Amino acid sequence: MSWKNGAFLALDKVSLNFGGLLAVSDFDFILRQGELVGLIGPNGAGKTTVFNIITGQYEPVRGRVFFKGQDITGWRPDRVTCAGIARTFQNMRLFGGLTVLDNVLVSRHSKLKSSVLAAAFNFPGYIKEEREAKIKAMGLLDRLGLADLAHMRAGNLPYGQQRRVEIARALAADPKVLLLDEPAAGMNPEETIRLMEFISGVRNEFGLTIFLIEHDMKLVMGICERIHVIDYGISIAEGTPKEIQDDPKVISAYLGEEACDYS
Amino acid sequence: MSDKSRKTFLMIIFLCVLFILVWVSDKFLDEYTMRVIRTGLIYIIAAISYNLINGIAGQFSLGPNGFMALGGYMVALLMLPLEQKKFVWFLKPLIWPFNSFSFTKAFFPLAIFFGGMAGALGALVVGFPTLRLRGDYLAIATFGFSQIIIVLANNLISVTNGALGIKGVPEYANIYWCLAWAIITVLFTTNLANSSYGRAMKSIRDDEIAAESMGISIFKHKLLAFVVSGFFAGVSGGLMTSLITTISPSLFSFTMTFNLLIIIVLGGLGSITGSVITAFAFAILSELLRFVESPINLGPIYIPGIAGMRMLVFSFLLVVLMIFYRRGIFGEKELSWDWVLSRFGSKNHQGVKVCPGKTEHF
Ligand SMILES: Nc1ncnc2c1ncn2[C@@H]1O[C@H](COP(=O)(O)OP(=O)(O)O)[C@@H](O)[C@H]1O
Ligand SMILES: [Mg+2]
Repeated sequence: MSWKNGAFLALDKVSLNFGGLLAVSDFDFILRQGELVGLIGPNGAGKTTVFNIITGQYEPVRGRVFFKGQDITGWRPDRVTCAGIARTFQNMRLFGGLTVLDNVLVSRHSKLKSSVLAAAFNFPGYIKEEREAKIKAMGLLDRLGLADLAHMRAGNLPYGQQRRVEIARALAADPKVLLLDEPAAGMNPEETIRLMEFISGVRNEFGLTIFLIEHDMKLVMGICERIHVIDYGISIAEGTPKEIQDDPKVISAYLGEEACDYS
Repeated sequence: MSDKSRKTFLMIIFLCVLFILVWVSDKFLDEYTMRVIRTGLIYIIAAISYNLINGIAGQFSLGPNGFMALGGYMVALLMLPLEQKKFVWFLKPLIWPFNSFSFTKAFFPLAIFFGGMAGALGALVVGFPTLRLRGDYLAIATFGFSQIIIVLANNLISVTNGALGIKGVPEYANIYWCLAWAIITVLFTTNLANSSYGRAMKSIRDDEIAAESMGISIFKHKLLAFVVSGFFAGVSGGLMTSLITTISPSLFSFTMTFNLLIIIVLGGLGSITGSVITAFAFAILSELLRFVESPINLGPIYIPGIAGMRMLVFSFLLVVLMIFYRRGIFGEKELSWDWVLSRFGSKNHQGVKVCPGKTEHF
């Protein structure tokens, strides 16, 4: 399939339905290395479901998922993450009983080489690995301005900080591709702008490829190179922010939503 | 002195004090009191093993009595002297290889270890097919498993001697062995819970979907917690059998699981020190509360002895606690050296918040 040439992450006509509802239908998509691409669409359009298909939470009924040329369809989520795709969740899923630092360290666990016994008996090799993981995690927390909160229970943090912890936790998995599901949800416009700037900064710093879901399309216009628009599970438009803005199909999808909002 | 070496130092002092305490009580306390203490130590092992799977990994198991029974029978079969074996299995002969050897006293710790391995193997057999499933299947499967173990214990006469049980197991589970295994259990489980593996288990407890998305193999870590838990349950069952010197299917009935559930919930799910304290208190209380099961004469009112009244008291305690103090005595916290130091210790030690998953425990 020539269209996938140069693709880092590719979805090839994936479909998924929940009972009678077609959540995602024949969805085609490619992400090239180093890109920052946005996925926008009204509520319930199927954006999160696309993420869940990529990360293996759901297996598509049709279509394939490719990452670095390898077919990863049907892989378990932990395997997908270890292969280099990490994510955040729209409705944040922090480990509420753990500290912020431990939340981030969980993502380092799959990199651990020491055995259980080495860990339980505190073998020097394990101690060294643990120390390195902590340094790495603290570095990330520092980068996200969370270092002071390292020993706080994640569940007790305010909303905005929890969002940042989620990003730190995803970054700690050393991903090549980062999937961000509405990272700005619940933030005010000013915080949102800062977050978007932060995201493009992180991409450059860590050499990441980012796929970003946003409900409000104005927010992503500034930072995305390309934008994909999905409505009722179908890809309705794809292009640069400028092209998307003027696309009549996109306008009508969003107008339809606004009409609903005011009705 | 650095923080870490200070804690190691405190730990060594603590263990020495504990040892002296035990030695002194062994010298001066009567046999009955020492028995209660030994029972308490064995309850500690069982409770911690149960808390590992229920409180730390967050998987609701109802099977510890089954794993304890496995350990108990293993130890009975290994330790029972040969002549006693001929005497016990008069209905049907004992199967090979147990009919051809038995361990001497020197190998008692090894027998306990094998008891633990029996529990671990049982956990592997139940866990392998059921831990892949999400939801409450584990509770149902482990409940079924422990029932099966009891049915088998009643019917596999050539191994368990059926309902008559096995009598005459040597009483090698003295205070020192009970203490040693309790310390091993506390230290191993605490270290495991604080390690990267323990973090992975806690992440599964807090949010399975998120844990999986952070690269944690859910199945592998649930199975790990379950097998380690099965091991220490087997150890405690083995020690209990040697302490009581007999084992029969009724020794490890579902009541045992229920007791342990009360202990870990009272102590705080996920808190190892909480379990230590409530397990020990439970052993003492169930002795002190013996009087409620004997006939009571209150002048004009006469209450006949009702077996099982103690359980009523404990169940009532559980209900009260769940209403007023839902997270148990310790919640998820640990009694740690950090806490002790910040409370009573040097001023230059920064007051450390007791935060779960991050503390150094004793
Ligand atoms: N697990 C599920 N079971 C049933 N329906 C679901 C499930 N997940 C999502 N859906 C439905 O699929 C559609 C797409 O959902 P989603 O991908 O979450 O939308 P978005 O993220 O674009 O807001 C919605 O109609 C939603 O109700
Ligand atoms: Mg969504």
